[in-house]
Amino acid sequence: MNANIITQLSIFVNNAPGSLAKTAKVLEECGINMKACNLAESTEFGILRAIVDNPDEAIAKLQAKNIIVKKTDIIGVRIADVPGALFGASQALGVAGINIEYGYAFTGKNVQGLFMRVDSPEKAIDALTKAGLELVKAAEI
Amino acid sequence: MMWNPRIETMPLDQIKEMQRVQLKKLVNNLYSFNKFYHDRMRAANVSPLDINTLEDIQKLPFMYKQDLRDNYPDKMFTVDKSEIVRYHMSSGTSGKPTCVAYTRNDLDYWTEALARSLTAAGLTADDTLQVAYGYGLFTGGLGLHYGAEKIGATVLPAGTGNTQRQLEMMQDLGCTAIACTPSYLTHLITTAKQMGIDWKRDMNLKKCILGAEPWSETMRAKFEAETGAKCIDIYGTSEQAGPMFCECEAQHGPHICPDIMYVEILDPETGEVLEPGNKGELVCTMLKKEAMPMIRYKMKDITTLHEEPCECGRTSPRIERITGRSDDMLIIRGINVFPSQIEYTLMRIPQVGDQYMINVSREGDLDQMIIQVEIKPEAFSDKLEEMQMLRAFIETELKKYLNIAVTVELKAPGELPRFDGKAKRVIDTRVF
Repeated sequence: MNANIITQLSIFVNNAPGSLAKTAKVLEECGINMKACNLAESTEFGILRAIVDNPDEAIAKLQAKNIIVKKTDIIGVRIADVPGALFGASQALGVAGINIEYGYAFTGKNVQGLFMRVDSPEKAIDALTKAGLELVKAAEI
Repeated sequence: MMWNPRIETMPLDQIKEMQRVQLKKLVNNLYSFNKFYHDRMRAANVSPLDINTLEDIQKLPFMYKQDLRDNYPDKMFTVDKSEIVRYHMSSGTSGKPTCVAYTRNDLDYWTEALARSLTAAGLTADDTLQVAYGYGLFTGGLGLHYGAEKIGATVLPAGTGNTQRQLEMMQDLGCTAIACTPSYLTHLITTAKQMGIDWKRDMNLKKCILGAEPWSETMRAKFEAETGAKCIDIYGTSEQAGPMFCECEAQHGPHICPDIMYVEILDPETGEVLEPGNKGELVCTMLKKEAMPMIRYKMKDITTLHEEPCECGRTSPRIERITGRSDDMLIIRGINVFPSQIEYTLMRIPQVGDQYMINVSREGDLDQMIIQVEIKPEAFSDKLEEMQMLRAFIETELKKYLNIAVTVELKAPGELPRFDGKAKRVIDTRVF
């Protein structure tokens, strides 16, 4: 597997008071540590997107607890802490005709950047590399 | 004013004798000349010789909506095709429609019932009635239309929809009465306000004939305050002919035409026939129908029968406003909805799981139905857009099937309640 492809967990959460807490409690019980996360919401449900330590093991644990979880391939691109950094990354993808479905920023111990769900991760990695941008490897997070 | 004072003021004992004679004649005819009813009576081990008193009707088997579906379209008709002059259809549940047929006499009795009813409601030849019920397969439009023409009133066959135009016509022609569903009247009132119409100043409306869906005394008070018109309850379903029985101006519940329909009220639990004054399930026998008789037809509506004379002078029995159903049928904005239809639609959608809940409420004056469905884990997507498309798809499917717009909420598996015994999936918080 491409070392630049990162596995994201997408977890279905109801949009009601206490729902996120319930899901977060299960994450705690399963000993799952999140490196980054993002919440998307519609009127009656939300999606918790998370990058975790050991995705396959985490999915198995969550499914055993009847949580709806899905594995999604995303990519991460390093973003320098300067104005215009986001422009560079998004411009490279735009020129290559790659659509960004959603994305969220993160700052880790060693690396900071943007996680993105794109319609074609492999092509996106190519396009970003050619544009001289550096990708975040799963192992670095 | 009474349209048919002889019947409408007939003493109760004479009414009962008239009904007894009618019943005997009806049963004799059906047993002798119609296979469907003959077989039914044989199966129930009853013959016309057993029907002597009015109470003997209890020996006859009940009829159900299911009979109409099972015998669709024409297996229950009891006359030759050449005698049938009209059909009406209902869309039915679970995809199975029902069809009712009328002979010339059937239409005449339906019209006669409405002539009495509209007169009781205070309408005369001087009135203009805007019929804003659906014309066509639905019985409401044509039923009211001929009833009003019969008494010489002027009919404006407006039909449904086109609300602004309806209000303009109502003003231009000085309509004195309207027949429509309570929810449509609500819509008319709201639209009139938006158009800057001052109802009491600009309209000449004196009567609203409201039916085809449940409404309440609270709604009556509100409508009357808003429009200044007297609001009259009308009852009747396609199995009886269509809308038939109106309240009189005293507004004490619709007067039944006892020569046309015999009413029994049953205890929904025990099936026992209750004395007048007790609330129960309405069972109707149509005494005069030719094309499609209805003997002890279970309407599934909950009401109370009153036989004491009314303050209007009529002795014709009255039923109270329908307060509920003995089955699970819901009436949402005038449309009949069975939870089984919803289940049938949902279970054909592969992404939908086993559990769902139906929440019915009233927002302002409009019924609102929210259907919560659990989706299968594999149907879940990390993209919000795909989830919203799934929701929109389920809403479209339900709308296609129920003829009514509903709101769908997607839920995770395990989020909705589970039921050990009988599932209680409908939560109806409306107050009637």
